[in-house]
This record gives sequence, C-alpha cells and structure tokens, in this order.
Amino acid sequence: MTTVSMTVNGKQVSAEVAPNTLLVQFIRENLRLTGTHVGCDTSQCGACTVHVDGDSVKSCTMLAVQADGAEVTTIEGLAQNGELHPMQAAFKENHGLQCGFCTPGMIMSAVDLVKRNPNPSEETIRTELEGNICRCTGYHNIVKSVKSASENMGG
Amino acid sequence: MTVENGIGASVRRKEDQRFITGNGHYLDDINRVGQTYGYFLRSPHAFAKINNIDLAAAKAAPGVVDIFTGADMVADGIGGLICGWGITSKDGSPHNAPPHNSMAVDAVRHVGDQVAFVIAETLQQAKDAAELIEVDYEVLTPVTNISKALAPGAPQIHEEAPGNLCYDWELGDKAAVDAAFANAAHISKIDLINNRLSPNPMEPRAALGEYDAGSEELTLHTTSQNPHVARLIMSAFLGIAPENKLRVIAPDVGGGFGSKIFVYAEETTTIWAARKINRPVKWTADRSEAFLTDAHGRDHVSHAELAMDNDGKILAFRVSTQANMGAYLSTFASAVPTYLYGTLLSGQYKIPSIYVEVKAGFTNTTAVDAYRGAGRPEATYVVERMMDTAARDLGMDPTEFRLKNFIQPDAYPYETPVIMTYDSGDYPLAMNMAKEMIDYNGFAARKAQSEANGKIRGIGTAAYIEACGIAPSAAVGSLGAGVGLWESAEVRFNPTGSVTVFTGSHSHGQGHETTFAQIIADKLGVPIESVEVVHGDTSKVPFGMGTYGSRSLAVGGSAIVKAVDKIVEKSKKIAAHLMEASVEDIEHEHGVFSVAGTDKQMTMGEIAFAAYVPHNYPADLEPGMAENAFYDPLNFTFPAGTHIAEVEIDPTTGVVDIVDWAAVDDFGNIINPMIVEGQVHGGVAQGIGQALLEGVVYDDESGQLITGSYMDYCMPRADDLPNFRITTTNTPCPSNPLGVKGCGEAGAIAAPAALMNAIVNALGKDIDMPATPEKIWRAINSN
Repeated sequence: MTTVSMTVNGKQVSAEVAPNTLLVQFIRENLRLTGTHVGCDTSQCGACTVHVDGDSVKSCTMLAVQADGAEVTTIEGLAQNGELHPMQAAFKENHGLQCGFCTPGMIMSAVDLVKRNPNPSEETIRTELEGNICRCTGYHNIVKSVKSASENMGG
Repeated sequence: MTVENGIGASVRRKEDQRFITGNGHYLDDINRVGQTYGYFLRSPHAFAKINNIDLAAAKAAPGVVDIFTGADMVADGIGGLICGWGITSKDGSPHNAPPHNSMAVDAVRHVGDQVAFVIAETLQQAKDAAELIEVDYEVLTPVTNISKALAPGAPQIHEEAPGNLCYDWELGDKAAVDAAFANAAHISKIDLINNRLSPNPMEPRAALGEYDAGSEELTLHTTSQNPHVARLIMSAFLGIAPENKLRVIAPDVGGGFGSKIFVYAEETTTIWAARKINRPVKWTADRSEAFLTDAHGRDHVSHAELAMDNDGKILAFRVSTQANMGAYLSTFASAVPTYLYGTLLSGQYKIPSIYVEVKAGFTNTTAVDAYRGAGRPEATYVVERMMDTAARDLGMDPTEFRLKNFIQPDAYPYETPVIMTYDSGDYPLAMNMAKEMIDYNGFAARKAQSEANGKIRGIGTAAYIEACGIAPSAAVGSLGAGVGLWESAEVRFNPTGSVTVFTGSHSHGQGHETTFAQIIADKLGVPIESVEVVHGDTSKVPFGMGTYGSRSLAVGGSAIVKAVDKIVEKSKKIAAHLMEASVEDIEHEHGVFSVAGTDKQMTMGEIAFAAYVPHNYPADLEPGMAENAFYDPLNFTFPAGTHIAEVEIDPTTGVVDIVDWAAVDDFGNIINPMIVEGQVHGGVAQGIGQALLEGVVYDDESGQLITGSYMDYCMPRADDLPNFRITTTNTPCPSNPLGVKGCGEAGAIAAPAALMNAIVNALGKDIDMPATPEKIWRAINSN
C-alpha cells in the first residue's frame, strides 16, 4: 500500500491505496465520486475523462500514484456555486445526451477542447472528440452542444 | 389553448440535470455495507467438455468468501434460462430449445461461457482466486458460421438439437409465389449477409444482489430494460424466489438497444449467490465480458428473388434465410428472425404474394437476440437491397420503381400477404420529400463533379417500414409468445397537487421522465416541474412489460392516458358536487373543470385536495386521487419513411465519405420533437455503424472472438458520421389514443439499406456489410 494525496474538486484528499490502483478507481471507490464512469478496459471510450492539472486525461490510463500532488477536476467539480458550466448547460439545451453514461467524460473532454480551440469548427470538434464514444446520440447534438458552448465560453 | 410544456413542445429533458452533473445512479455507482465482489471464470474454449473443476486451491486463496459452479445451482433446484417465444417448424414440431444453465454443467459452448462464480472481499482477490481454479477441458471442434453449422457433418453442439437446427419456419403462400414466378416477365435475385453486431450500450451490464434474512426478500439491482419481466422469469422458471419475495430494481441504465431486455446468467447467479452467502454480491462486466456475453444482433444469410411483370410491377417475392442463434437460445431470440422479420417482408409495397422460409441454428458463438430494430432491419435490408437490384435489372430509376409499387395512401387498412395489417401511412409523400431534400434530380451533376475530382459518387434509397408498439397480446399469443405485451401505469395525485406517474416503461436514454410528464402537463394542467415519473422498480411500479420494440409511448404512454381518463372522470364528479352542478354539465380542458355556460370553475389541484380532504364530498365516491390502468394495444403501429444517403468514395483508399443524409419519417403524432430527432440521429448512427464499420468476427477454426474490444470492433466515432437532415410527416396512428407510432428503431432500420444502396450505386457492383475501405478498394480493383 502507498499513500496518495491530491486536490480533487478543490478539496485536499489523501488515502492509502494499492500501487496498481488506477486514478479512476481512486476517484470512484475511495472518493465515491461516481460521476466518472468506466465504459471499457482499453482506454478507448473516454467515459472516465477528468482534468488533471487542467488537461483532460482518461483516468483509466493513469495510476492514482501518478496523480500524487495533482489538481484533479471531475464532473462533480465543474459547476461552480450551483451554476452549471456553460458546457453542461449547452449539453442540456441542445439535447447532447440520452442515456447519460458517456456524458461526464464527453463534457470534460469538450471543456478541454474548447480551452485549446476557442472557436472550433465542426470538423475540429468531431476530430477532437474521436476519443470519446457515445452510442446514443450519433454525435449530431453533441457537436451542436460543443459549438454552442464555445460561443458562450468567450471563445 | 396550448399548454406550456405540453404535447408537441421540445421541452428540455428533466433527467439531464443529474446526468450532466455526475449525479446519476448507474448500477456500479451503488454500493452496500458488507458488499462482496463476484467474478466469473469463463471458458477460454469455444466448445469443450468439462471433465472436472477443482476449486480447492482457489477456495483457500486470500479474501475468498465462496465459489460456486453450475452443479451447485442445479443441486439447489435452480432452473435454466428460457426462451419466451415458441416457434413452430414447417412440419408442426416445436423449436428445439436445449437446456441453458446459468453456469456450465458438463460442457462449454462458446468462448466466455460461465464456468464458476468466485466471490471475494475485493474484486482483485476474486480475479486472483479465479486463476487458481483448475478446469479439465476436453476441447472439441467448434463451428461458428451458421451455414456451416446447418450443413451435414457439422459438429453437434446440443444433443437436443439434431443438425444444430433450432427451427425450420415458413410464412406465406408458397404455391401462389411459385406460380407467379413461373409466369413472370422478369426475375431479379440477390444474396445478402446481414453482419453480426455487438450492441455496445456504453454502460456495461452489472448486477447487485441483496438478501434480507428477516423478511426472506431478495433484491436484485440490475441493468435491465424490463425489471418486471426479469422478476417473472427468475421466479417462474428459475425458481430464484417467489415473485412477492423478489424485488428487481433497474436504476439509471446507460443504454440498452435491446441487449438489456434479456435475462442473463450473470444476474441470476448473482442474486442466487447473495442468498447463499447472506451478503450483498456485486458483479460488473468489463467491456471484454460485454463483447463475449451481451447478446449479439443480426447474423443472417439470405437469398431473395423478386418476380415482376413487363411493366415493372411486382408480382411475388420469395426469401430464404439462415439465422444464427448462437450457442443458446436467448430470452426472445426465436421471435427475431420469424415474427419480427418475415412479417415485414412486404415493406411499403403492394406485393400480391410472398413466401419466406427461415432456418435458425446453433453455433459456438454468443447468443443472438434483439438489437435495435430486431428483425425489422434485417427485413428492410433484404427488401430494399432487392428493390434496388430489381430497378437496376429493369433499367429503371430505383425511386421510380418504388413509387410505382408503393401501397397507396387510400389503401388503408392494408393487409399484407405476411399477416400484418398496416393501419396508416403515406409512402409516396415521404419518398418525394426526401428526394426534394437531397436534390435527387441534381445528383447526376454532382456525380460528374466528383468524377472530375477523381471520386466516385453514389446515391441510395431505403423506404422502410417497421411494426412497433409491441404488441397486441392476443395476436402475439396466437403466434407463440409466452407473455402478454400490454403496459401498466398509475397516475397518483399528491394532496398538494403534485403528481407521481408510475410506469412499466423503463427509460435508459429515451427521455420518458420528460415525455410522460408532458402528457400529464398537457392533459391535467400540472406544471411539468411538479410531475415525477417513476420507473424501474418492481416494488414501486404496479407492473410492467418494459421498453423495447419502440413501444414506450404507443403502449406505455397509452396506459398513462387511460389512467388520466379515469382521473378526469372522477374529478368531474367531485367538481360537480363542489360547484353544485350535474356531472353532464362539467367541462374539462387541460386540468380546468368548469360548469358549462357559467364562469364557475375549479382547477385539478383544488379537486385533488378535496379528494384527499373529503370534508365536502360526494357520498358515493371513494376518497383519493390515484388511478391505475393497463393498456393492451389493438394493433402494432407502423412507422415508415424514406432515407436517402449520398456518398463519395475515394477510389485510391476505398474510404466512404457520407456527404449527405436526408430522412423523412412518419411517426404519427409527436410529443417532444427534440427527443424524436435525437432518437433518429442515434438510430441512423447505429445503422451507419453496421453498414460501414461494425462486425463481430469469430476465428473460423478456433471459435475465438477476434473483435473482443474497442481496439478491434469499430464503433462509430464523431468523425465517422455526418450531420443528418431529418424531418417528419404525420399520419396519426388510428389504434392508440395518442396517435403515436414509435421512433426509437427507425434510423437503425432504414440506414444500412440506404447507405449500402448508395455504395452499390457508386461501385456498380454488390458488396456486403460492413463496407470497409479494404472491401471497397478490393471491389474497385477486381473485375
């Protein structure tokens, strides 16, 4: 067992974990932040995407110990003071989700996408979201949501 | 007068708030005090006898609570999994349904078959212990391909199914068809493979079993589209517990597409084991297990022939299909290639006679059952590829050939030669609208432009029909179904005027919490925020048959309307009493009850309060304002429409670019257009996935699953898909009170045929799905 400490959604957390504990396991099982989902076992689907030090990361590709000392944001930490992040609001407004399982990862990826591409074209959005699989929406309304959020995020 | 957030409004979804903030409760998010973790040891072989299973070393491993095998379940009197629909073969014999134990007893029949269930304090400990189990397998030669499995001399998978045959079924008038073919001026033929798919809802299946030794109640949390059906089967056929002692909860479920209809071995084992160890047991599939064990879809091999007269009028249609059932018969598997397939082979066309025969057989592969569309995409694929082939053979434009043979708008009710009675529609309208949307007449110029750029352009049409709103109980009962297919609802006013709606229609992405609330808002004037829709818990919802076959609104919604009607009827009596009028004089609109010809009125909220505080109340009326209803549909519903796809192919790489997509669908009346559009997008995406990217592949020799992860099975991603242009027409369904038809499966039914017709149009030769760049490149570069 080894000790890991990090800041998650602005709160300092610390726990004893097995060295092979993945960051996503640490988030879901130790912190009980279950908004971050596991949809595959090959780092393909992106349902587990979170932000580590401001960048989007598939939390199944990273050990918890590798995030020691990091600043982690999960879907639960995206809304501020009870107000939805513009990306969350855009997904709701544009029907960018159906079953909701891929949604947290999709939103976390999209936030990072817009941070790096403040005014993304449809093609950029589609290419950038290649690492997040959605089975419900056909992506049409996800693309629309991201485009609309980018306009509201001051891009 | 229209109501805010009522019928026809694109209301933003009530359920979204919890999903976009990470506050949904999917199954793996649920944990219990004292919970243990289950892990299945699965067969590494496609076909093998089990001589012995040695658990000794594994049971002694750290953290292991217990380990069970199939023999333990049999010894406990637990029955096997069942198929709920009996199909009768041509010769009158019932279909062969070999035993299907939750865990293997003496043989394994596909890679991933359950061999042992290891329960430990942690998942890691359970996995580690599973590696210590010694299984003595006698490996046998497998067969995975349906045509090979049905051929003489194939390995025999079940004693109970000689020649691996499940059934040899037929529908239609063979003699009439043969006679028509004998006199036909033209005959067109086509051979088609409908590729095997893995449904892949993004949430893997999972189960959490709990046992309360005090009440002797078992609670199974499971990723199900129909918790009541799961409870019924587990109680009646497996003997897990009596229905009154078994609670099944399906919480937020992350997509289903059919694959979560079925009762699976992992759920039955988990709930049974929870009682055995008297502790909660949780099992969650990883994606690799999902590929190995979630019921697959499609996997048909078909030959079709169309007879026509000199004028291009269709005279007769005959189809012969082989359907792969996998290693065991899944819950509704037998119905998919028969009554959900053969009955739709008339498509949108006036065809005087049709004959279809289907041989279904067993192979050493994962079970095949309903996947989005279930039989109807397979039927549409055969019909619509056939129509394009026939048009090509006759030298006619494929849309003109279709228009010439369509059932006309004045022909309803229209009885097909394959036992369906279409109730409404306007097929030429949808076809002409779709042609207009995509500028069909301008295609030649666009094709020339592509050619100038070194690209090959194609356009393809699919005019699909489906039978939804499944289903009238008497009709399906006469065809072999073991259950009724009604739906139930309760509409319960609380004394303060808010409403709780209990429905048997489970929601796992379809947005029922919003759509059903809109019905209440519209009909009873209750603000949508004050309507709570409850589903997915057998202890809360009176009863239910669940969500599949695009039935939730047509059947579940109709049950809600029936309950609403009872609420209104009772409310009128209360209003009459309180406003000192006769019941006949009470008028109702959107939750306002008024006395005709006066300005006296009361709101639904006031009446509900009076019903719970009945100080001044009709003497002969029960207090309270809660009504139950069961609704059994009078007919199937028949959504239909035309999708047209336009593609551009790069001949140097074989890559298909979908440059345009026009869809015109008739879903009857629409409650929430935004949600309906979303359903079409998702359906089309899955259909495009089937046509271009997806396909389950087994190694022919070893029976190993080659496409066992997202590295190997190609899921559609954002950059694989186009934007869609979609619109609707409306011929209201005459058989249900909402006039609705169902929209969940249409896209998946229409899209593969439209896209493949476009690709065939571009290439000038036939090609099977998935039309990968390699296949297309080879087609271009072969003679």
